[in-house]
Amino acid sequence: MMKLLKNGKVYLLDRKKFVKSDVLISGKIIKKIAENISEKSAEEYDCTGLHIFPGFVDMHCHLRDPGFTSKEDIESGSLSAAKGGFTSVCCMPNTKPAIDNISTINYVSRKARDVGKTKIFVIGAMSKGIEGKEIANIGSMVKGGVVAISDDGNCIQDTNLTLNVMRYASTFNIPIIVHPEDYSLSGKGQVNYGFMSTKLGLEGIPSLSEEMIVSREIMLAEVTNSHVHLAHLSTKRAVKMVRRAKADGINVTAEVTPHHLILTEKACDGLDTNTKMKPPLRTEEDRQALIEGLLDGTIDAVATDHAPHLDYEKELEFPKAPFGIIGFESAFPVIYTKLIKTGVMNLEQLIEKMVINPAKIINKDLGKIQEGAKADLNAIDLNESFIFTKDEILSKSKNSPFIGEKFFGKIKMTICDGKFTWKE
Amino acid sequence: MINKINLTGRCLFDLDDYSPAEIETIFETTKVMKKIIQRDYKKVPTLNGKTVCTLFFEDSTRTRISFELAAKRLSADVISFAKKGSSLKKGETLQDTIYTLDAMGIDLYIIRHESPGAPALVNRYTGKPVLNAGDGPHAHPTQALLDMFSIWEKKDSLKGLKIVIVGDILHSRVVRSNLIGMKKMGAKVIVCGPRTLMPPKVDDVYGVIPEYDLNKAVQNADVIMALRMQLERQEQGLFPSLGEYSKYYGLNNRVMKYAKNDVLIMHPGPMNRGVEILPEVADSEHSIIIAQVTNGVAVRMALLFLILGGKIGREVK
Ligand SMILES: [Zn+2]
Repeated sequence: MMKLLKNGKVYLLDRKKFVKSDVLISGKIIKKIAENISEKSAEEYDCTGLHIFPGFVDMHCHLRDPGFTSKEDIESGSLSAAKGGFTSVCCMPNTKPAIDNISTINYVSRKARDVGKTKIFVIGAMSKGIEGKEIANIGSMVKGGVVAISDDGNCIQDTNLTLNVMRYASTFNIPIIVHPEDYSLSGKGQVNYGFMSTKLGLEGIPSLSEEMIVSREIMLAEVTNSHVHLAHLSTKRAVKMVRRAKADGINVTAEVTPHHLILTEKACDGLDTNTKMKPPLRTEEDRQALIEGLLDGTIDAVATDHAPHLDYEKELEFPKAPFGIIGFESAFPVIYTKLIKTGVMNLEQLIEKMVINPAKIINKDLGKIQEGAKADLNAIDLNESFIFTKDEILSKSKNSPFIGEKFFGKIKMTICDGKFTWKE
Repeated sequence: MINKINLTGRCLFDLDDYSPAEIETIFETTKVMKKIIQRDYKKVPTLNGKTVCTLFFEDSTRTRISFELAAKRLSADVISFAKKGSSLKKGETLQDTIYTLDAMGIDLYIIRHESPGAPALVNRYTGKPVLNAGDGPHAHPTQALLDMFSIWEKKDSLKGLKIVIVGDILHSRVVRSNLIGMKKMGAKVIVCGPRTLMPPKVDDVYGVIPEYDLNKAVQNADVIMALRMQLERQEQGLFPSLGEYSKYYGLNNRVMKYAKNDVLIMHPGPMNRGVEILPEVADSEHSIIIAQVTNGVAVRMALLFLILGGKIGREVK
């Protein structure tokens, strides 16, 4: 049966703004967008007061499947993403086994199709077993459908291996996503090296640890002519280096997470392990630089780095707890409340960072609200506020520093491939 | 009347949530406790029937003995738990361990742990008062209290004193608590050591001045505290050798000339004689290093007494 979304404010790609319209969905496709569509055979949904966005695209998340399905699996991850308004997500390969081979890629893709709640694009490993020793079978993985390669949290330290991975990958025109971290500098660090590491007596992760690899990858991207995407930037100097590299015409792109845009190391005071993440939360100066970089185009995308861990793993002494927080269900409300409602950025910029640019980086034709396009969209009540509670989280894990906070921007429905994947 | 401030049921994670008046109360009580342990019969029945548990996940015989002695002198029962040989090695979590112990009826916990924040976790699990006996490099408030008491006893107040702490500032839990406490009591504090052993933003965090030249740092100092230098830091490449360290940051008679005539010399122990402190200084009339140890027991008695609700006057005097 066709679906007719009535009276929403719809983001029209061709006009790049929100216009009051009706949207008629037939099967997987947007059939018609116009004012006052009447279609007897369609089921109507009143979207008065709602904004209809193209479905969000998360280019960096962890679904923990296979291997760590008690934290999350493809089903719970997909539901959580759908509730957050995402219609496409890209999952990182640090699973068990690692996603460095066709059969694991097929496992993820098949399971994603069976669940059918969100489009899942697979990111393959850069090195076999993400061990940083040998180049992974990148060609086969590209054939198997991966949209990028990355060793994510296991940033390859060996410069020569990284160089060869980039040279090799450039043959297949695939972006290389790098989690920039020099382990000789980050060591056993727990929080930002600076005020908080001193105050809390925890070992620090210096900004330099990120900047060393950012600068290395920029140089390697230049000499290999490959596309390097720098994950979750966190420091002022890293933003500056990417800005300069882009000006020099080097093919680099970058992302930032909602939490690095909103929180600073101050959040770690009190030692809540839900503020423990990599890269660590940095200073206000860094945060301002990230926002500036996002607005001037240095940073292309906002990605959640959704990293589920269970309560019992996080409820440990700070140094023993794992790094990372969940992100799907808070991403939009957090950014909307803290950056858009406060006038730092606008909705159109958000669509660029959460839909258009990530789709471009992974070379997928996604997130277009126009006739004939795939019906991937969501409807949000920007005026409705709510408290972000543990009970309502659909992810298997609840590790979020935002629990208990009040946000605006309630996601009322998500439609992926013409089907409701979330509906309040 | 010294016991007007009530500390019953309080935890001591670090000195930041204790007011100057509360710290004064602890000092006044310590003075009384010190009298008790200087008597022939060193025991009072004040905490009869109370049970105190020491949880040492990290070895520190000195601190543990000091706490246990303090509890015993107040007639509390003491249970000690050490990580060695416990089921923790078999994957039992801190939480499980605490729940098991708590079922045995404990009134107060004393914990030493390698993770910052562990004492607060024990309090969260049990709801009982917890004394932090050192949580990683984060805090060691009872050591700071005994250091501060040792100064207070000699100088009557910390207000306006120039205190220099020299050595491995970065890894020292003693320093952090001392900086908070000494600043709170009105002292001017200078931290001194090589740049590789200085924590970042130490001035922003504590409002103290870092100084890298020891001769400059100790000018007109009222108190100089040397910290133990661990060989491990040399292996980590943070300084080249003990010899070179001693040359630039060791307390010797030459350095002492810059300080005030009545300067106090302190060290949390155990000392590396000839490294951070030379015997000529450690054994001089300026040194109050031995008094620090005695004061350690007295300060801990005072804390147990105040927190477990002992009454001064009736039993103690
Ligand atoms: Zn990462």
